[in-house]
Amino acid sequence: MTRGRVLVVDDDPALAEMLGIVLRTEGFEPSFVADGDRALAAFRATKPDLVLLDVMLPGITGIDVCRQIRAESGTPIVMLTARGDTVDVVLGLESGADDYIVKPFKPKELVARMRARLRRNDGPTGEVLAIGDLTIDVPGHVVARGKEHMPLTPLEFDLLTALARKPGQVFTREHLLEQVWGYRHAADTRLVNVHVQRLRAKIEHDPERPEIVLTVRGVGYKAGPT
Amino acid sequence: MTVPASDVAHRVAGRALHKWRGSLHVRVAMTTFVVSGLVVLLLGFVVLDQVRSGLLDAKTRAALSQLDFGLQHAIDQFNAIGESSSVGSTVSSVVNDLAGRGSEAQDYGVALIPSAGGESARSGDIAVASIPASLRRVVTRDDREAWTFTRITHADGSSEAGLVVGGPVQTDPADYQLYYLFPLHQESQTLALVERTMLFSGLAIVLLLVAIAALVTRQVVRPVRQAAATAERLAAGRLRDRMAVRGEDDLASLATSFNRMADTVEKQISQLRELSRVQRRFVADVSHELRTPITTIRMAADVLHDARDDLPPELSRSAELLQNQLDRFEALLADLLEISRHDAGAATLEAEPVDLRGIVSSVLESTAPLAVRHGCLVDADLPPEPIVIEADARRIQRVLRNLVSNAVEHGDGRPVEVRVGAGPGGVAVTVRDHGRGLRPGEAALVFNRFWRADPARTRTSGGSGLGLSIALEDARLHGGYLQAWGAAGDGSLFRLTLPWHAGGAVGESPLPLEPGPEPETDEAAAEGVAGA
Repeated sequence: MTRGRVLVVDDDPALAEMLGIVLRTEGFEPSFVADGDRALAAFRATKPDLVLLDVMLPGITGIDVCRQIRAESGTPIVMLTARGDTVDVVLGLESGADDYIVKPFKPKELVARMRARLRRNDGPTGEVLAIGDLTIDVPGHVVARGKEHMPLTPLEFDLLTALARKPGQVFTREHLLEQVWGYRHAADTRLVNVHVQRLRAKIEHDPERPEIVLTVRGVGYKAGPT
Repeated sequence: MTVPASDVAHRVAGRALHKWRGSLHVRVAMTTFVVSGLVVLLLGFVVLDQVRSGLLDAKTRAALSQLDFGLQHAIDQFNAIGESSSVGSTVSSVVNDLAGRGSEAQDYGVALIPSAGGESARSGDIAVASIPASLRRVVTRDDREAWTFTRITHADGSSEAGLVVGGPVQTDPADYQLYYLFPLHQESQTLALVERTMLFSGLAIVLLLVAIAALVTRQVVRPVRQAAATAERLAAGRLRDRMAVRGEDDLASLATSFNRMADTVEKQISQLRELSRVQRRFVADVSHELRTPITTIRMAADVLHDARDDLPPELSRSAELLQNQLDRFEALLADLLEISRHDAGAATLEAEPVDLRGIVSSVLESTAPLAVRHGCLVDADLPPEPIVIEADARRIQRVLRNLVSNAVEHGDGRPVEVRVGAGPGGVAVTVRDHGRGLRPGEAALVFNRFWRADPARTRTSGGSGLGLSIALEDARLHGGYLQAWGAAGDGSLFRLTLPWHAGGAVGESPLPLEPGPEPETDEAAAEGVAGA
């Protein structure tokens, strides 16, 4: 059985082919699309478990592709970017990418990133958490406020669950990177910041004055009182 | 709360002094006021003096000629005394005659006083006592005409300034003295009028001069102030601002030159901006264009490397070399791109509050494998309380990782000490190794690009040679600084000092750059300290 279907959106044929070789070796089932305009159609057709998305694309940019996919699905998106510290990364993350990897990367690193995103972070059967006025059905991957379901991506769900499992405990950004993104060493803490913002926008009554995911200045984040 | 008067005075004086120093306008006006005031005052005194002596001279001359006439008349009358008249009646008739010659405007008193007893006579209401005794003595003793200024007393007790002239009337039947008493009220009036006129015109002249000076200065100062304001705006980045050019005078040429300078500056800056933009663009393009093929090469090399056990020995070794050199190439490329980003001014700071201890811990964690490989103990001394600074965690991490891995690599297996300090001037991290250290003068060189401590020594770490240059730029980007100390044989110490807020002011570093005295410390002459 395969580890999962992967849609590779990249315009460089050599890189795409090489990615194909590596992904197949690792047991993934890759499919390819070379430009942004056809990316969404390919996404709909292949229904991948994960998308590898190059930011610089002919046609519409990777950022826009990211936004289009996010508009209809929470499928994990990992961006491939040539530059690690420019606005591209923040823009990509803000438009919905779960993680990014800077070229040139090691194949193992890429596979580790992908596995972390595909991993199902399942707790004990029937685990239900409460945080603020939200209830989290962990095995069912459902977050609800009363009867209303919150449409979280798997990453946002993992982030919220990680915080909610230990309410009141302060998580450093590094800790969250390790637990949610699967980084073993310190990585870009902007990942955490951007996704906390996205999460707040979905679950907080007022994202400007959060009550569920609280910032601990200079340290990190913690879940608010249940 | 009340403020002591001396304080208030002090403050007012201070403000006045500030105004005096700060405004050319005020200074010129004040100087004009003082100087023209003095000149007018002096001139006024001289003129008044001239007018007064002129007036009195004329009066005296007129008085003396009148006296001459009176004396002659009196002598004629006395000589003509005959049977029909007595000395007494002659005296009063002479006085009346002489007094009658005066007009109403030119009213004066006449007195005939006997030198040695007898009847005296006077006209008008002027008291004879007004004639000073000294004058009478001169007239009597020297037997000649004399005059003096004195106060003339009227019968009603009022007095005024006056001129008294007198002369002897010596005839056979009588020995008299004739005195004329001229009140000087007309002259005083004239003088008072002149004084008033001088005062007002003097004041008017001074004020006029001050006004003119102020006006002229304003004409000069205004364009200068305008130039200053325009320069301020240019300095603030509004490069398109120019001065208005009016006329063809010196000030217009100031404005023209100023504008020409601004044009040049603007052109230069926009050229530099354009260059910087092209550079940034180039960096971005190179970055993208190089990275994609390298990613493919890297993946291919990895696949080969993973399969090296199945390859013949020479192919297997080739795959290893390919892999290792790709690591090095990637590191070098990444550093080159980073430093060119700094050079282009395109490096941006993503500052947020972070606990410095957390950064240090994560750096120690990530460098632990390297330390283990070198058999080196890294001893970190972190304070118990958080040190929250506003900084770009990624950059600070990179700087510290660089310092710690350098220390581990050059520490010859001896312990590396990491210290963290905080003070009012900022925060600091020092990394100290006990390796072969730096030779004198080398501390200044370590931040140079591609500088190597020992060119003969083989490079094992695979560092790009740009690490410390980038670290220095990262420190500067935060408004902090990075410094090195080293002593030959005693290892080296690197100190990163950062402000509490990125881009803020940084004062004295809370940690010393030179390590404290140690048992085997050698002489200070071998030490070198440098940084930026």
